[in-house]
This record gives sequence, C-alpha cells and structure tokens, in this order.
Amino acid sequence: MRIPCPYCGERDLSEFVCRGEVATRPDPTTLSAGLDALYLRDNPAGPTREHWYHAQGCRLWLVVERDTRTHAVTGARPAAEAGS
Amino acid sequence: MRYSIFSLAANALSGHRRWTPAWRDAAPQADYDVIIVGGGGHGLATAHYLAKTYGVRRVAVLEKSWIGGGNAGRNTTIIRSNYGLQGNIPFYEQSMKLWEGLEQDLNYNAMVSQRGVLNLAHSDSQRDAYARRGNAMRLNGVDAELLDAAGVRAMAPFLNFDDARFPIIGGLLQKRGGTARHDAVVWGFARAADRRGVDIVQNCEVTGFIRQGGRIVGVETTRGAIRAGKVGLAVAGASSRVAALAGLRLPIESHVLQAFVSEAIKPLIPGVITFGAGHFYISQSDKGGLVFGGDIDGYQSYAQRGNLPTVEDVCEGGMALMPMIGRIRLLRSWGGIMDMTQDGSPIIDASPIDGLYLNAGWCYGGFKATPASGLAFAHLLATGEPHPTAAAYRLDRFATGHLIDEKGQGAQPNLH
Ligand SMILES: Cc1cc2nc3c(=O)[nH]c(=O)nc-3n(C[C@H](O)[C@H](O)[C@H](O)COP(=O)(O)OP(=O)(O)OC[C@H]3O[C@@H](n4cnc5c(N)ncnc54)[C@H](O)[C@@H]3O)c2cc1C
Ligand SMILES: [Zn+2]
Repeated sequence: MRIPCPYCGERDLSEFVCRGEVATRPDPTTLSAGLDALYLRDNPAGPTREHWYHAQGCRLWLVVERDTRTHAVTGARPAAEAGS
Repeated sequence: MRYSIFSLAANALSGHRRWTPAWRDAAPQADYDVIIVGGGGHGLATAHYLAKTYGVRRVAVLEKSWIGGGNAGRNTTIIRSNYGLQGNIPFYEQSMKLWEGLEQDLNYNAMVSQRGVLNLAHSDSQRDAYARRGNAMRLNGVDAELLDAAGVRAMAPFLNFDDARFPIIGGLLQKRGGTARHDAVVWGFARAADRRGVDIVQNCEVTGFIRQGGRIVGVETTRGAIRAGKVGLAVAGASSRVAALAGLRLPIESHVLQAFVSEAIKPLIPGVITFGAGHFYISQSDKGGLVFGGDIDGYQSYAQRGNLPTVEDVCEGGMALMPMIGRIRLLRSWGGIMDMTQDGSPIIDASPIDGLYLNAGWCYGGFKATPASGLAFAHLLATGEPHPTAAAYRLDRFATGHLIDEKGQGAQPNLH
C-alpha cells in the first residue's frame, strides 16, 4: 500500500500512522454524541475516508480515500483543505 | 460413530474405506428455535453447548462459505488464561478448564497441548507489571510463575539474553497454556453439535433480517428466508457488516492480522514464547514448522491479507529475539480479519433489538476463548441472562464507562 501525499508524492505505508475513520466533530453539549464519536464506527467494507498522519515525511494530517476490501488508495488531501 | 481405539482398529482392518463424514452438510429448514450466524469456532461451540448443556435442539449454524474458513482456521492456535483484569480472568480460566476436558467432551482429538506460554520481560517496570498480573491470576486460582533470567535460560537457552537494548531479565510463565489444533477444534465442535441434531448449513450467507413489530424473527439468506425464535451473531471480523444489516453501529473496527509459518525443522521452540519489547511471538507446530506472528497492521481492512511493513516488523522482532531464525525459510504467510473493540475486550450480550444477540469483538485473542465463549453465548441465548463468567462483556460498557482495557491504552484499536 502506498499513499500519494499531496506534498511529498507517493510514499510507502511505513511512513504513515493511521488514526482511523473521519468522524464529524460531535456536538459538545450532548453526552451521547460524544460517546458515539469516541466509540462507534461505520467500519465499512468498501470505500472509506480516514485520517492518516505523514509522520516520517511532511507531518501533514491527510484525509485518505481507500477501499477496505482491496487496500486500493484512490486519493489523499491535506485534512485542513478537506475541512475535517 | 463414536471414535475409539476399537473404531480405529475396525476401520484399519477394512482399509479405512468405511469412515463416514464427521457431520452432515445440512440443507436449511424453514424455522428454528435459535439461528447462529457464522460457522467459526465460536458459532459451532455455541451450537454444541446449546444442544448439550441447555437442551435446545432446533438450532442451525449458518455459514457463508465453509466452516472454519475464517479466523478459526487462520489463527496461531495459542490458548492461555494469563489475563490481569477481574472482568477477564474468570472467563479465560473457564475456557482453559473447558480446553482441559474438551477432547473427552467432544470425543475428538483437538490436539490440546499444554506446553506453556512464556511472556518475556526486558525491563524492571515490565517485570513489575508481570508480577502484578501473575499475582492477580494466582488470587483467582490460575497458575502463574515469575521466572528470573536463569529460569528463562533453562527453558530457552537460544534466546538473545544480553541484547544491549532489550536484555531478557525474566518472564511470566503459564504452564497450563499452550496450543490446540485450530481446524480440529472446528471439526470437533461441528461433529458434536451435529450428533445432537444441530443443522450446519454451509454456503449460506445472511443478507438481511426479518422483522415483526420491531423484533427480529429470522434471517434472509442466499438460500432463502429462515425464521427463528432468536438469532445470535458470531461472525468475528464481519460483525459490523452483519450488524449494519439490522441498522446497528458497533464499537468495533475490522483490522488485518498476519501470521507466518516456516519450513519444518526438528523440535526447537519449547511452548509459546512472546517478545516483550516488539511485535513477535512464536511456537512450533507438531509438524515442525515455526508458527509466528506479531501485531495488527493498524488500518481497517476486510482484505484477509496484509502489507509488507508489518512482515518486516515481525521478522525484525524475531531476529532481535532469536537471531538464529534468520537462517530458516518462510513457507507461507496469510491474514485474517479481526473484530477489534475500542477497549480490546469482547462483547457477549443482547443487542438493543429484541431477538438479536451479539458475540463479537474477539480482537486477536478469540481462539483461546472458543469453548467459554460458546458456553456463555449459549447460556445467554437459552436463559436470557449473562453467564456469570461473561457478565462484564456488555455492549453498553462503552457508555457507562466500565471498559475492560487490559492494555490500558484507551479507545484506539490499533494500539491494543
Ligand atoms: C493470524 C491470526 C492469528 C491469531 N492467533 C490467535 C491465537 O494465537 N490465539 C487466540 O486465542 N486467538 C488468535 N486469533 C484470533 C482468533 O482466531 C479469533 O478471535 C477467533 O477465531 C474468532 O472467532 P471465530 O472462530 O468464531 O471466527 P471465524 O472463524 O472468523 O468465524 C466467523 C464466521 O462467520 C462467517 N460469516 C461472516 N459473515 C457472514 C454472513 N453474513 N453470513 C453467514 N456467515 C458469515 C465467516 O465466513 C466465518 O466463517 C488469531 C487470528 C488471526 C487472524
Ligand atoms: Zn507528506
């Protein structure tokens, strides 16, 4: 698996840390929304959007689009630009 | 046919042409008291205990492909009960006790081998943590021994004791731990359940649920609709996918875990040895292959195969711990899909939907749990109450804060 970092180009998986599914920021005033965001996952078998950190490269947080059935990576954008 | 020395002798005399299949490949009936989704170790064990211990006979196990083709046939076969938290210890010790009597119970050779499980310590703080865990085990009546370096050296003289960064200063040994033959566990439970009338239905994928007034009363499958009084999920890595068919979101991520086996060599590795400073553990199969693995790759996956950085990481761990294995050739590697919960512990509980029950979240340690998980899930399905050894494995513990975080690493499955 390689990830096309928008800053560094296509780089090996071992340079990145995966944080997991992109979740919408929970409403801080309700407990259940916070618990859901912390613990529950869609965990889809298919296309997904995840946060990855280019720890051994530019140190950008990325939003990576990937298929969990095949590991095919279809895109990566800086998280700041992706708005999440 | 009951297996015994006499059945073996009689079949030997007839040239081994008269053995009959160990279980029926059943066609699905229209309805059952209980349907178990998933024909891995846990689903089949549940069916066995439902029929044997709780007298529930109209039971079907529905498996989308062939039984034991999932994690039950992909794991590294380690069994142990060396846990440190109160929610876990009685459950895993129950499982160990069931392993100790399993072959008599099932009338099947599952090759249960109590060859010992040794966790190596490489620092004072790690040894302190092992002492604490060993004490917790002993307080619960589980065997545990804290070894010093000389004790470890007597068992495994080939280890890299004087490594500058990770010297081996001791270890925690559970002598009753060991290995069991994974396929045989699946086949043994299948045969025993079948003999009590359980239908084992293969090539039967559950694709939806039948509802009546909010209650789940059956399943849609690739072999038609089947109705049931209760439906229990035991689909391991596919838990989120199948639960989603009922509209549930679970505190689970599916991750790939890889394992490896080398060419066969003469007996070398006594028992199971785990490296305390990296991702590597190893045992030797009775055929002679070195069976080893490490940690999950660390990203969600349903691919049943992993990536090369993890292969490199595991092999580096092996080289650091026992440099001699660099000379051996790798025969095969593979991956399985783990149902990782947010605290690293399983769920055996009723779901929020009437008629639907969950057995999930086994992470990378569910093989050892197979008998106790089957017993506890059967108890829940038959009585509606949690089994006393599994009462902590609630689905709502994430909301109530009663997490069972054995590693103390928080809500991040790729750290467990
Ligand atoms: C590489 C590796 C090493 C491991 N090592 C160990 C170890 O040393 N010790 C240990 O204790 N544990 C270990 N484990 C973990 C252990 O294997 C699992 O936790 C355990 O096997 C899970 O339970 P199971 O046997 O019921 O799962 P599975 O065998 O995966 O059973 C689930 C079944 O559900 C079926 N299914 C899925 N979806 C559907 C559907 N829609 N309809 C019908 N059927 C469906 C699947 O086909 C599958 O057969 C390891 C796992 C792996 C992958
Ligand atoms: Zn980069």
